Amino acid sequence: MNSNLLKQNIAFGIFRALSLMVAGVLLWILGFIIYQGIGVISWEFLTTAPSGGMTSGGILPAIVGTLYLIAGSSIVAFPLGILSAIYTSEYAGNGHIVKFIRIMTNNLAGIPSIVFGLFGMSLFVNTLGFGDSILAGSLTLGMLALPLVIRTTEEALKAIPDTFRTGSLALGASKLQTIHRIILPMAFPNIITGLILSIGRISGETAPILFTVAAYFLPQLPHSIYDQVMALPYHLYVIAVSGTDLEATRPMAYGTALVLIVIVLVINVSASALRKKLQKYHA
Amino acid sequence: MKIHRGAPMYARRMKIRREKNRREKKLQGAHTWVRPYRKKNMKRILEKIVESVLTVSGATTGIVILLIVVFLFREGAGFFRHSEIETGYALCVNGGNPINRLTPEQIKAIFDYEIDNWSLAGGNDEEITPFRMNDISNYYTDEELGENYEFLPEKLSEIISKTPGLIAFVPEQYLPDESADVKVLAGGKLNPADFFGGEIWMPTATPAPQFGLLPLLLGTLWVGLCAILIALPLGLGVAIYLGELAGERVRNLLKPAIELLAGIPSVVYGFFGLVVLVPFIQKTFDLPVGETAFAGSLILAVMALPTIITVAEDAIRNTPQAMREASLGLGANHWQTIYRVVVPYSMSGISAAVVLGIGRAIGETMAVLMVTGNAAVIPHSLFEPVRTIPATIAAELGEAPHGGAHYGALFVLGCILFLITVVISVMAEVISKRQHHA
Repeated sequence: MNSNLLKQNIAFGIFRALSLMVAGVLLWILGFIIYQGIGVISWEFLTTAPSGGMTSGGILPAIVGTLYLIAGSSIVAFPLGILSAIYTSEYAGNGHIVKFIRIMTNNLAGIPSIVFGLFGMSLFVNTLGFGDSILAGSLTLGMLALPLVIRTTEEALKAIPDTFRTGSLALGASKLQTIHRIILPMAFPNIITGLILSIGRISGETAPILFTVAAYFLPQLPHSIYDQVMALPYHLYVIAVSGTDLEATRPMAYGTALVLIVIVLVINVSASALRKKLQKYHA
Repeated sequence: MKIHRGAPMYARRMKIRREKNRREKKLQGAHTWVRPYRKKNMKRILEKIVESVLTVSGATTGIVILLIVVFLFREGAGFFRHSEIETGYALCVNGGNPINRLTPEQIKAIFDYEIDNWSLAGGNDEEITPFRMNDISNYYTDEELGENYEFLPEKLSEIISKTPGLIAFVPEQYLPDESADVKVLAGGKLNPADFFGGEIWMPTATPAPQFGLLPLLLGTLWVGLCAILIALPLGLGVAIYLGELAGERVRNLLKPAIELLAGIPSVVYGFFGLVVLVPFIQKTFDLPVGETAFAGSLILAVMALPTIITVAEDAIRNTPQAMREASLGLGANHWQTIYRVVVPYSMSGISAAVVLGIGRAIGETMAVLMVTGNAAVIPHSLFEPVRTIPATIAAELGEAPHGGAHYGALFVLGCILFLITVVISVMAEVISKRQHHA
């Protein structure tokens, strides 16, 4: 009996240690980037273009480019994803169609981002002739975000109890009225959180924009959706590995990494804060 | 006759309609019976439209996958239409040489002076003399070749016919006429057997670029599997801790931390690996370079952790409470219950977690590109640079001319990656289905 208890204590101790270790890894990565990058961040760093072969200046074009791409891919992915999720959870029932759609969504979520990059290059850049542009990049990133949007929206809709649906229908509302007046407003907090989180996911993607939009160095800001832009993740990649003077560009890289991490942190924290606030408001 | 028949018919129809109107007016009240009816109709039409839009958008993901398949495979198929020899060039040998065809690997070996006798390539016992265009100055002066190289084909023909063991790599533009003395080697199309079985990846080699899948595929699997071996015990431990042991407060701290771990962009992981892990590995193991498969595996393990933890924890939490209570009631302690009841019960969910983790690790691009050193060789140990399929695509697509063999080859790699991940998704689906039937 005692030896069993000992075994249990050892096993639980190991699990606790492993969990601490995982949390430690996260803190290590975050702490390292913040510690190294905080000194680089300044008003100038955030508001000027890179200069001196990426060794000085700032990252303004990359920040602006990333914002454009986030906006563009949201326009592509949100309406399509939300509509698709409404169809699968409210209309399609439980038959073969839903199974098929779910398998497709899971597959799409599992496809590596570099394959999206290849696809975007082949379809948007070459076949449709958009060239390396915000348009092509946004469409590619939008496709990547699609399964994330669909999944989170579907989960939000599934979380609404069926009694609300049947109640609304019993009062004489049509199916669409039920969705529009009852289901969507109730699921709104969770849907919006999911959307914000999927934005966070795609804002850091590099592989899909490598060949569809990202520019190595482009100090001026874009004028139209057919322009190339710099983007934060790609900028970090470029200055981390292919600078002529790696030692001199390192501080810039730390600064860029920190800005990227901060964006991701802000998005994650604001998503969960928003969810809490909206849920309180609705309850 | 017809006129006579038509008139009363019309009168009767009008009468019926009038009567019907009167009846309906009585039924609905005298005022505005037309408008609500119309409005309702409009509304119904609008609803039908919205619903059909919804139905169509339900197919979105299917359409996107279809598009991906079509475009990837179309570009990939282009690869096998290209010639084995660099575009715009040809290989010529002496007319007496029995060789008719050389594989890309043989051509490379010949021009790298690794094979120096025709018997090694299936020909006569004769020394091989590789000839490239810049060797021409050893034979003729510029004057002899003419101002615009108009005598070049002639002179090439002379060189080839004079030297029995010679193999010349010449631009098609200056290709000598085929004769009894000069034989142009038929450059075959790139074929799948050479691609899937090839052991060398050198897409820019001349005269014959080498497209061998094996080093890349093995590199990918090697790094991915090692990553899973590292991530599995860690992830499983954390999943059990989260699902069985942790209190509400710890959960509320640990869950967002894991979400955050999933949210950190892969370039940031790559950058962290590059500036922290790579120098550390180089120093600790005293290696010439720190960019190794091991560095890639470590980073990938951290990146695959959130997937493994989330899926495995879900499976563990889905174990019915009754099973736990039965086990505890029989006198087993908590740990015995976990490893004898909970873990076996949620085995299919845990396997799905592993499979999905592998998928995540295999498809990851940027982090691996930054820390594995990108040497396209078949890996023999963990402490050597390797190159994975996604990293190859990311590194080389920018330089590959559009529509060329290299470009096509990278799309074939994309297709392979796509197929691997589809298989993995389906596997995960099938495995996690099993739980529900059990």
